[in-house]
Amino acid sequence: MSRTRWFVIGKELSPRVRMVLTLFSFLLPLIVWALVSYVPFLWHPLIRVASPGDVSWFKPGLLVDRAAFAEENAKVAAAGGKVADGTRANPVFLPAPHEVAKAFYTAFNTKPLLRGDLWLHESLALSIKTIFWGFVLSSLVGVPLGILCGAYALIARLGEPVIDFIRYMPAPAFGALSVAVLGIYEAPKIAIIVVGTFFQQVLVIANTVRRHDPALVEAAQTLGARPMQLLLRVIVPSCIVDLYNDQRILLGWAWTYLIVAEVVGVSSGITFFINQQAKYRNFDNVYAAIIIIGVIGLATDQALAFIGRRIFAWKNPGTSRWPAIFARLLPARPVVLVTEAPSSPTPPS
Amino acid sequence: MSASIDLTLPDYRTQVPAVADRFRRIKERPVVLEIDRLGRQFAGNNGTVTALRDISLKIHRRELVCVIGPSGCGKSTLIRIIAGLDEPTSGRMLVDGKETSGPCPERGMVFQGYTLFPWLTVRRNVMFGLEMAGMDTSQAESEALQWIDLVGLARFKDSYPAQLSGGMKQRVAIARALAPNPRVLLMDEPFGALDAQTRAQMQAHLLEIWRNVDVTILFITHDLDEAIFLADRIIVLKANPGEVQEIIEVPVPRPRHPSQFTSPEFLATRRRVDALIHPPSVQGPMEKLPIVRLTQAGDDVE
Repeated sequence: MSRTRWFVIGKELSPRVRMVLTLFSFLLPLIVWALVSYVPFLWHPLIRVASPGDVSWFKPGLLVDRAAFAEENAKVAAAGGKVADGTRANPVFLPAPHEVAKAFYTAFNTKPLLRGDLWLHESLALSIKTIFWGFVLSSLVGVPLGILCGAYALIARLGEPVIDFIRYMPAPAFGALSVAVLGIYEAPKIAIIVVGTFFQQVLVIANTVRRHDPALVEAAQTLGARPMQLLLRVIVPSCIVDLYNDQRILLGWAWTYLIVAEVVGVSSGITFFINQQAKYRNFDNVYAAIIIIGVIGLATDQALAFIGRRIFAWKNPGTSRWPAIFARLLPARPVVLVTEAPSSPTPPS
Repeated sequence: MSASIDLTLPDYRTQVPAVADRFRRIKERPVVLEIDRLGRQFAGNNGTVTALRDISLKIHRRELVCVIGPSGCGKSTLIRIIAGLDEPTSGRMLVDGKETSGPCPERGMVFQGYTLFPWLTVRRNVMFGLEMAGMDTSQAESEALQWIDLVGLARFKDSYPAQLSGGMKQRVAIARALAPNPRVLLMDEPFGALDAQTRAQMQAHLLEIWRNVDVTILFITHDLDEAIFLADRIIVLKANPGEVQEIIEVPVPRPRHPSQFTSPEFLATRRRVDALIHPPSVQGPMEKLPIVRLTQAGDDVE
């Protein structure tokens, strides 16, 4: 087939091809990683000493720079001593895929070294809790405020300039302040996530709401909708799918604030685990923990996308067998089932 | 138009007795919508622009009035002002003799772009205005279903707008606008986006609905045949500034049928509105495009 078949602007590929490409999207970096790890001549800048020979400071298992290794061996050889022996190796911060894969299992099973330290799953639960509360608290205020900013110019002009200003202040800068105000445990961490999310959230939501279709508002006005009804029954539902997707993106941003949030006050959660493991030079565990964060993030997002497609059935009608739950929930009124009696075509008087 | 046709056409003002009688009866009915010296000015870059000046008209109960005019004559501005979506800079508007302003369900509107709520089913779209009026859900539902029946979409009551064709969407929009029992139904080029065949069907549907419902219709269009086919009276606007040029009483008898498109009354009216909308003196002969021949000699298509 010609190349033009694959590179057509705006043309979607077949489901099969899409799946294969998604697979490769994850497989390609993995292949690169495996090549660098298992094929010695590709990188392997160090030598792992097997037998130290006569080099005084070599020990079995020591990682030495290749140039230094050759230099020491040359010196020993010139002096007529026994040369050291070793195999090429990667630095300790780049474990091989199989080591990390093993760490996925062992990391959950290894007892914490210090009493009082948490198991990995406990650390993860703590992190997820921090994210959850940070995001929920931010959304409780940020989403309504964003909607009001998007709908009413008065509120937007009053609120957005200062929010735009604060938005540029990096959330971690509030670390010391939040510890002073909220203590050293969970509260300041949640506060950092709120600070990192909230100001972006208001602006993003406001922008989405501002893009609503004014024709729908006009139609609703001619049908007798009053201002509050316009907001709740026209503007919000007309943007709800975009708002939902905004929230998905914002949740991703909240995750990026997690690591800085968790070093505020007493280090905790997955960050504590990562830092501890890095201290012990268990980089396989570090990679496993980082990848777990990615997996949790991606899984959450995909789950939310799936739920979104189901809830907002009108976006792709016919494909969903679920009833349009949302359309019934929003007005919060009882659903009345009507029997399908063929009524006469006389209009109501 | 050739001279031979001119000889056979009657004057567009001549009405057969049945038509004249009908107009007499219409004028005896109460005035539902009255517009009194309505004006609208916009602040432009080069001073103020007068979009509408001194528009006055009276529309009687259950009359179907069409508004036509060249592009830029302000016909859309006029209907938006009547719907309450735009503010007039002068003049006033009365519905049933009472002065009114702002959007209100007594003046329902059907837009060219359908403007159905995509997140609601057909049934819930039609229920929207009834719910806004404070009607309880079950009553709103049963009334909405009657309106959906009236526009012939009972099978699609649980479909979403995205699943409907253009013509069906516009029928839902008509049902939705009629459901709160408006005094006046305003229609802003409602069939402009439809293909010719669907448009003809929709015109027939509209007349059928209008016959069966107590509603007065003000219909904006740029399609002159559509205006003559639908209207009792045609209000012809002129541009710069938008003013009423002439109000034509359409002499074509009712009930209307597509076969009347070639009747002498129809053609006479058509010739008159043509002359008003495209005056030969203003437009002149069609401008020649400065085209250079790019095909070979002898390779002619005409």
